[in-house]
Amino acid sequence: MPAIEVILGGVILGGLYALVAIGFNLQYGMARIVNLAYGEFLMGAAFAAFWMFTLFRINPIVGMLFSVPVSFGANWLIYRALMLPLVRRARTRQQLEGETILATFGLLFVLRGAATLAFSADNRYYDYLGAPLQIFGFTFAANRVLAFAMACVFGGAIWLVLNRTRFGAALRALAIDPIGAELVGIDVRGLSGLAFAAGGGLVAAAGTLVSTFLSFNPAIGIDFTMKALVVVIMGGIGNMGGSLIAGVLLGVAEALCSYYIDSGLTLAVAYALFLIVLVVRPRGLFGTP
Amino acid sequence: MTSTETHKDARIRRTRVAAAIATLAVVVGALATVPWLVSDYGLSLMVNVMSYLVLTIAWALFSGTTQLVSLATSAFFGIGMYTVAMLIKVLPLYATFGVAIGVGAAVALVVGVLTLRIAGMFFVIFGFGLSEMIRELTVWWEINQTHTMGRYVFVDFDTTMIYEHLLGLAVLVFLTGWLLRRSRLGLALLVIGEDETVARQVGINVPFAKVTIFIVSAMFMTLTGALMAPRFGFINPNFAFNPLVSFQVVIMAFLGGLQQLWGPVLGVIPLIILSEQLQTEFPFWYSVFLGLVFMVIVYFLPRGVTGLLEDVWAALGRPLELPRGFAGPLLDAWAWLSRPISLPRGIAGAIEERWSKFMPRPTQRR
Repeated sequence: MPAIEVILGGVILGGLYALVAIGFNLQYGMARIVNLAYGEFLMGAAFAAFWMFTLFRINPIVGMLFSVPVSFGANWLIYRALMLPLVRRARTRQQLEGETILATFGLLFVLRGAATLAFSADNRYYDYLGAPLQIFGFTFAANRVLAFAMACVFGGAIWLVLNRTRFGAALRALAIDPIGAELVGIDVRGLSGLAFAAGGGLVAAAGTLVSTFLSFNPAIGIDFTMKALVVVIMGGIGNMGGSLIAGVLLGVAEALCSYYIDSGLTLAVAYALFLIVLVVRPRGLFGTP
Repeated sequence: MTSTETHKDARIRRTRVAAAIATLAVVVGALATVPWLVSDYGLSLMVNVMSYLVLTIAWALFSGTTQLVSLATSAFFGIGMYTVAMLIKVLPLYATFGVAIGVGAAVALVVGVLTLRIAGMFFVIFGFGLSEMIRELTVWWEINQTHTMGRYVFVDFDTTMIYEHLLGLAVLVFLTGWLLRRSRLGLALLVIGEDETVARQVGINVPFAKVTIFIVSAMFMTLTGALMAPRFGFINPNFAFNPLVSFQVVIMAFLGGLQQLWGPVLGVIPLIILSEQLQTEFPFWYSVFLGLVFMVIVYFLPRGVTGLLEDVWAALGRPLELPRGFAGPLLDAWAWLSRPISLPRGIAGAIEERWSKFMPRPTQRR
């Protein structure tokens, strides 16, 4: 396999990482919540797609019409019911981060345990568009290409909302300075809730896409949360474009590593990248807005 | 210990310290005889309790003072365990313990310097995956370089020996915590935990203090892992670097409470017993339960069981106040019950009001 094909495969995987990271960035960079249970919603959406496909033959892409709104609503409820009390009682941003880490840490266990009880710990897999596809003379699995295309669609939609609407401008103000945003009349808590929920919607979309080409079990959530964290910090907290580039970078690095060294070392690569960025540019490759 | 302390105060203090030491000696002595008093099952339970006690107190040394939640426990525990497993055929047992401590301290130094120096938050996140990364690297090394997938540890070091060593380590970590609370370093760490900017302003070397205590705490964790290695005949990386260890330690510490040095004891014992009961038969319920316990602690018991006990103790110490006799509270209750039900903002509004009363406001906290 030529290097260019490995890299393109990495870009395709990286597009998905970028999508996961952008959702996490909406929650962390804008709503200021470190949500360790984030990946559990990815896992939940993957299972939803799996059951809809195997039981009712529902196309996973159509199934998103169900899982994305449900995850959006669930995350909004989590913000209102569980996170808002912590936001109210926190004195500093640092304290809020610490408290939300602890609370979502408990949530992670509850959700993962419940999923294991409901679905068992087995690895699941279903075959959807597994046929190879020729693009510019390179061969890719069709489901991966579809996942990449969908990731581009979602990423583009987020970009348009953030940069071309009043609502998006308010969100960006929130990412830069929540106190300043409040002073110019932005409803910080309401908007934070929406940003948090939007992150949950995005991760459900990502979960559906992941389920089409990777096998999964109730324990995968945490891996994706970790990768999202690494990508967000690499790209800069609150910086959506940074997340996009850092996500693709991570995908390429992982693809190169698993082709040339060993496929069991992908997490080590993610962490090595993370450490290098942390030492060289502690505020992320592209800075925080 | 102020300069205005009188002779009498000093004498009382000395007596109290002597009493504390005597109590500790009696407790440790009693615990040391446990292996000859209980069954094999009881002893294995006690080994579990003791190992988690050391881990949790060691965790609290760092995280209790700096307020940084470390999820790196299983990394150091695993380093200790797997170092012993790798070296047991070439070195004597105690030498492998020594090497394990060295490796653990070195890893703690590198991780601490790289992540703690920059920002606390990144450290929390990094600790989260550190153990996974080391596990991946170890698996890769074992498969590609040594062509093994696991190690046998057969040494003359039975459960009783493990227990006694862990007990000694527990005493040591306890004393370290006690001394830390009376040292300049401990005071500096408390200031850092409260407000890092203030700590820097008053001239505390913040990175040095954090990294130092991180290394000390990591060494205790590593040694615990090393001591536990002979307990399991066969060890592979997936077993040694089990992330559940980190999670349980955090939950135990918070359940017990971090204000008192002995707080973790109250968190370790109930959770170990619970995990023994649930984990064999209903392992997934155990996970759900752990999560729920943890959320209850975060939202309603920020000071853990010790905090609850302290409150109860304080309430018991107050005199009973009944200015209007026993009929007073009854009259109040009657008046409250006969009030008309009013829900100006509907049921949702009433629930929200309740909720906001439940959650302590910033000023009430601590």
